[in-house]
Amino acid sequence: MNLCRKHIVFAVSVILFAVACETEPLVVSGPTPLPLEVPLVFEERILPPILPVDNRQTVEGIALGRKLFFDPILSADKTVACASCHSTQNAFTDNTQFSDGINGSFGNRNSMPLFNLAWNYDERFFWDGAANSLEEQAFEPVTNPNEMGNTWSAAVAALQQDMEYPQLFLDAFGEEGIDSLKVVKALSQYERTLVSANSRFDRFLLGELELTEQEQNGLNVFLMETKGDCFHCHGNPNNPLWTDNLFHNNGLDAAFSDLGLGAVTGDPNDNGKFRSPSLRNLAFTAPYMHDGRFATLDEVIDHYSEGLQDSETIDPLMKSVSMGGVRLSQKDKDDLKAFLLSLSDERFTTFP
Amino acid sequence: MKKMNFWVIGLFGMLFFGCSEEASQTNAPVPVTLTFNHNWDGESITGDDLNTLKFANANGQLMSVELLRYLISDVTFERADGQSITLDGYHLIDVTRDTGLSFSLPQEVPVENYSNVSFTFGFDNEDNVDGAYLDLNSVSWNVPMMLGGGYHFMQLEGKFIDASDTETGYQYHAIRAVDNAGETQRFQDTFFTVNLGPVDLSQNTTIGIGMNVAEWFKNPNLWDLNVLGSRLMPNFNAQVMIYENGQSVFALDNTP
Ligand code: HEC
Ligand code: HEC
Repeated sequence: MNLCRKHIVFAVSVILFAVACETEPLVVSGPTPLPLEVPLVFEERILPPILPVDNRQTVEGIALGRKLFFDPILSADKTVACASCHSTQNAFTDNTQFSDGINGSFGNRNSMPLFNLAWNYDERFFWDGAANSLEEQAFEPVTNPNEMGNTWSAAVAALQQDMEYPQLFLDAFGEEGIDSLKVVKALSQYERTLVSANSRFDRFLLGELELTEQEQNGLNVFLMETKGDCFHCHGNPNNPLWTDNLFHNNGLDAAFSDLGLGAVTGDPNDNGKFRSPSLRNLAFTAPYMHDGRFATLDEVIDHYSEGLQDSETIDPLMKSVSMGGVRLSQKDKDDLKAFLLSLSDERFTTFP
Repeated sequence: MKKMNFWVIGLFGMLFFGCSEEASQTNAPVPVTLTFNHNWDGESITGDDLNTLKFANANGQLMSVELLRYLISDVTFERADGQSITLDGYHLIDVTRDTGLSFSLPQEVPVENYSNVSFTFGFDNEDNVDGAYLDLNSVSWNVPMMLGGGYHFMQLEGKFIDASDTETGYQYHAIRAVDNAGETQRFQDTFFTVNLGPVDLSQNTTIGIGMNVAEWFKNPNLWDLNVLGSRLMPNFNAQVMIYENGQSVFALDNTP
């Protein structure tokens, strides 16, 4: 046994030495790595973010992604940018039910806020999980006729003819040339930096402030199985993403005009299921739900309290469906709303 | 360069042959895998069965199993001489999302004919520490502080045909029993040890564990989902009953 250990130690040191001998001097050039900063509230509670090995965060990549995100150059008539529907002051969504894309065309889904995207561990994006990574997602809006209505070849040609972009792509990827893959990689790097973790509730978790009595009561309504019971789908103080990122039917409709996850999987058991949104930043992200049907948080709370619609795929967690829902008192509703608003992160709406 | 490679190969050789003696001992440690399968009184339950009202419980109610996930911890191997090896750690099985159905134990186990293999259903109090496990927090496995904190032991959800002939959701969630009625919270332990019986690792290093989901509704407490279908987490008596019914749900089961 002892002999064996000595063998190992000796062998390992010689191997290390051999490897050291082989290493060429590092070529110091190319983009500068900039690891994603993980906020303390996340670091102490949940798993690290998902970062693809083939698209590392870099200073130059993020800067390029940011420029692309706010630039209408990717759209067919140069009028629509990502930021048109994902604007900073709305926690990177917009304030309309459906979004005004190119030529004033509208889709049938409410735009989604963009934050903490690297913590979507299953990497299923969109309301219905149709995109399997952030990079894959970013391919979609440019050619979507309701969004940017462009072709990739036209978008890439516009970037190539631009005065600045060719150099910025060179800086970000260390090689000449622009293609759609580089565009989506840069956009994704920028999107991963959109981290929101500075709400009142985050500061409460960090021990920096106390909740008001109303917020504390609201948290209880949120957590109690006999009251709101929201936490089985929307996170809890130990999961400050405030979503499970899974798909549920939360009882919006008795019949579905939009099948949601069911259209993606082809499984009728998935009809009417959509991804639970995070409850962060609700103060800035109205209207609510996949089709933006509720203009206010009061309407959302009323829905869960007395507006539930029964259907085959309604989630078992939706209680007292025959009575319309959990029937919260007016005080519980007000407290719940106060708690929900404590999850909003004012500073995020001025994200640089 | 060439010389270096020669040395590396030579030393790798030493590394392997120098240790081979140990590996040939009869009770050398081997990797062991636990697999989990689920049945309803013998009829196997898979991801495809979710959402269909196809199971009749002992109380005569037709029901479905839409969500099933549960936690086990502290797998223990006992020898006839009374000595035992406990592997600290936990494992979440999620039948709905088809994850965790196979559990490679975190540590190798000496090959032996063990008199008993056991595990804890849920967490014992020492391990049931609020917020302590980042992976479990990330899948929202937590129990709110007002119910004592820590983690769920099981979430079993679906629909059943209720007394008014309507398809209704049920949530059969197992946690440590807590009574919030008095001045101070009163707790009763509801984790339990599952004894699988003798296991000879020289025959097979994969141990199949079967859960008969029907047993949760059968004995000693005949379960009426009309009465006990919802809001069971804060229900002290329901938690104790779940614990009692849980005693007979697991068995050694090597059917694939
Ligand atoms: C015309 C409005 C519009 C434009 C322009 C637009 N989006 Fe979106 N975005 C949406 C809508 C609507 C959704 C939800 C779509 C769905 O679920 O079907 C969405 C969803 C997303 C998501 C998914 C978020 C999540 O959590 O799943 C990401 C990421 C995103 N957009 C990024 C972008 C990027 C990058 C661009 C620019 C290349 C862009 N969007 C341009 C409207 C728009
Ligand atoms: C069964 C899981 C589940 C439960 C329990 C649940 N929700 Fe939801 N919630 C969802 C899903 C799924 C959506 C999106 C549904 C859609 O758009 O079709 C949603 C949407 C929302 C939204 C809209 C957010 C946005 O950005 O559009 C709010 C606010 C919300 N829920 C609050 C609550 C509150 C408060 C409770 C407790 C009373 C609760 N939820 C309980 C799954 C759930």
